[in-house]
Amino acid sequence: MNNQEVTSILLVGVGGQGMILASKILAQVAIERGLDVKLSEIHGMAQRGGSVVTQVRLGPAVNSPLVEKGQAEFIMASEQLEAWRWLPFLKKGGTVVLSTQTINPMPVIIGSQKYPQNIAQRVEKAAGRSIAMNAFKMAVAAGQPRAANVVLLGALLREMGIGEEEGLAALTAVIPERFLEENRKAFASGYHFEK
Amino acid sequence: MKELLSGNEAIARGAYEAGAGFAAAYPGTPSTEILENFARYPKVTAQWSPNEKVALEAGIGASLAGVRTLVAMKHVGVNVAADPLFTFAYTGVNAGLVLVSADDPGMHSSQNEQDNRHYARAAKVPMLEPSDSAEARDMTALAFQMSEDFDTPVMLRSTTRISHSKGLLDLKEGGGPAEIKEYRKDPKKYVMIPAFGRLRHLEVLKRLEKLKDYAETTPLNRVEKGSDGGKIGVVTSGVVYQYVKEALPQVSILKLGMPFPFPEERVKAFAASVEKLYVVEELEPFLEGYMRSLGLKVEGKSLFPLFGEIDANMIAEKILGTPLYKKLEPGDYDPAEIPMRPPVLCPGCSHRGAFYVVKKLKLITTGDIGCYTLSCLPPLQAMDTCICMGASISSAVGMVRANPALADKVVAVIGDSTFFHSGLTGIVDSVYNKAPLTVLILDNRITAMTGHQHHPGTGRTLQGEETVALDIVDVVKGLGVKRVVEVDPFDTKGMEKVLKEELAAPETSVVVARRPCALLKKKPDPPFACDPELCIDCGICMRLGCPAISQGDGHVQVDAALCTGCTLCGQICPKGALKEAGETHE
Ligand SMILES: Cc1ncc(C[n+]2csc(CCOP(=O)(O)OP(=O)(O)O)c2C)c(N)n1
Ligand code: SF4
Repeated sequence: MNNQEVTSILLVGVGGQGMILASKILAQVAIERGLDVKLSEIHGMAQRGGSVVTQVRLGPAVNSPLVEKGQAEFIMASEQLEAWRWLPFLKKGGTVVLSTQTINPMPVIIGSQKYPQNIAQRVEKAAGRSIAMNAFKMAVAAGQPRAANVVLLGALLREMGIGEEEGLAALTAVIPERFLEENRKAFASGYHFEK
Repeated sequence: MKELLSGNEAIARGAYEAGAGFAAAYPGTPSTEILENFARYPKVTAQWSPNEKVALEAGIGASLAGVRTLVAMKHVGVNVAADPLFTFAYTGVNAGLVLVSADDPGMHSSQNEQDNRHYARAAKVPMLEPSDSAEARDMTALAFQMSEDFDTPVMLRSTTRISHSKGLLDLKEGGGPAEIKEYRKDPKKYVMIPAFGRLRHLEVLKRLEKLKDYAETTPLNRVEKGSDGGKIGVVTSGVVYQYVKEALPQVSILKLGMPFPFPEERVKAFAASVEKLYVVEELEPFLEGYMRSLGLKVEGKSLFPLFGEIDANMIAEKILGTPLYKKLEPGDYDPAEIPMRPPVLCPGCSHRGAFYVVKKLKLITTGDIGCYTLSCLPPLQAMDTCICMGASISSAVGMVRANPALADKVVAVIGDSTFFHSGLTGIVDSVYNKAPLTVLILDNRITAMTGHQHHPGTGRTLQGEETVALDIVDVVKGLGVKRVVEVDPFDTKGMEKVLKEELAAPETSVVVARRPCALLKKKPDPPFACDPELCIDCGICMRLGCPAISQGDGHVQVDAALCTGCTLCGQICPKGALKEAGETHE
């Protein structure tokens, strides 16, 4: 990411996974850099375990709050099927940071459809770059099972070329004091994740 | 200091900065957070009303009492509030009143995608339309001033992408309720009997002329000259303006921050300044209709759809003939292979048991709107209709009266918040007209679908203060229902017995299924597990559509992290294989 152009990021996952925190930290990075930023998220029905998406755009001046098909430089997915579902939004050569966690959707639960196989490999083949990790396990190891998104965010910020200190400063500005320690750990484990 | 605010937060902020002292609303996506945010400001009065008509009427009272007032609702809420709106447009205000309509092109969470710009024209009130959070704040504040200057309610139209997108804005210092204006008796202005109403209608028409003049000069409507030497000109408004900027940075744009009244002269002048004229707007050809009536040659709905949302890529494709972005679709990308992930009833949701029984009894279910509407999807598929809030009961009255053969097969199902919104009159209709109807009220003690707001049955106000909790059982008895039974929706046998009895009864009966929404519960009960030695993999428990239960290897599995111990699966398993964890042979 550079400060001269608009960067478009898609955060995708399953309702209830807490995508909004990650988008707030990204926005904080932009604010600290004196950049413009727009976020867009859908509420309502999406909260009940549905597929959810948050769009983040940062740069010198941002018009549209939406990230469109073929436009995202980065996709961060907290569930692998969602990474695959939203892949058409990736720009050619773009980067996907995904968690290998699987959450079965209702058609799979009731047996009317199968969960697609080998998603991480398929994303790897299609994207310019892809980083897959079990963010949930890493968050548990950091002491906060609900921080899987912060783990992924660490990896995403590194891919975006944002310094670790800068990322941590944004995190510290957004997350309440009492949850900071585990979240900083989670962030660092994602930031230093080796493929 | 710049702050990142959503459109809804910005509208609340704008109202606060402009001195609003009162606000009323009924929740509805994408409008809900407007009131929730306004209520957090100091010294203001804010309330959830039971429905949008009541909210607007409370707002009218506050305006006449001299207090600047904000009223907010989703687009379909304006249908409910339309009656007071159309006559309030005649009386005008004392202190300013702004009515926010949050429309939902693309139907992210609504039952239709009506375009509420038509309401501004039909009620003859001005409408402003912001294109981002900063404008949402500024236009809300301006709308209060306009409301008093022109003596009219002012509508502010947001859409999902404005309400739920965040952008940076500079917060102004100060704010808080303005000084209360004096209350003045003025029956000729406020008592709309025909003799006075006729006079006020003339005032409305005069006001409309003044507003038209205003529209011709206000900076809300502005031209941005392009670098293409006047080749292409685009008329647009709202969030679509941002997409036009993204797709066509070189063209001239006439941005209408005030789509009604329509600024005819400015549009004509703009049209004359460009070689080719386009109008880009979501949903209805609202602006286009005016442009055509002026005899302008313009392309709009010949290129763009009458439904759903527009985006920058579509604009580039339709106007320049080349897409902005190329979507990535590798050879092995097959949408048919990707299972949908629709929203589902939560694990432990109290609605699940009720619908399991309704489905088992093979009933015709006139449904309503709320989380429970999700029961229409597989595997429950237990809802036959969903039209608008309240329609479950009243449409069922029509069904069983018009076609008595259906009387013991129809059940009207409605949530508690929806019941207080517009279910009461349906019950009155049923009792009064002696309909042999059975109504099932799902009382989960909250307005869950829109994010858990209080309502008249919860015993708490918007601010969480204690208040009277209206008891649904008492309410329906008061409305004249003789047969009222309370059941626990997690007791499937009990529910089945009661429903059968009430369906057979020749009069109106109400069954109240009581159990708080699972998300209100602080600590779940011990999770269940499947005993692999007992499970015969028959799949009966899968019919519950519980996200915690899935197919394992030769037997089902319960995800202990999701299970809330609601016991439903245990009740319906024919082999007794599903039990509290620890009692199984795992
Ligand atoms: C006229 C109108 N106003 C608001 C809404 C938005 N809305 C849909 S469902 C609902 C409330 C549902 O609450 P409840 O009936 O208690 O059911 P629950 O979601 O708790 O199951 C609301 C406010 C709407 N669809 N129509
Ligand atoms: S939020 Fe409450 S009412 Fe809605 S699906 Fe979940 S448990 Fe059921």
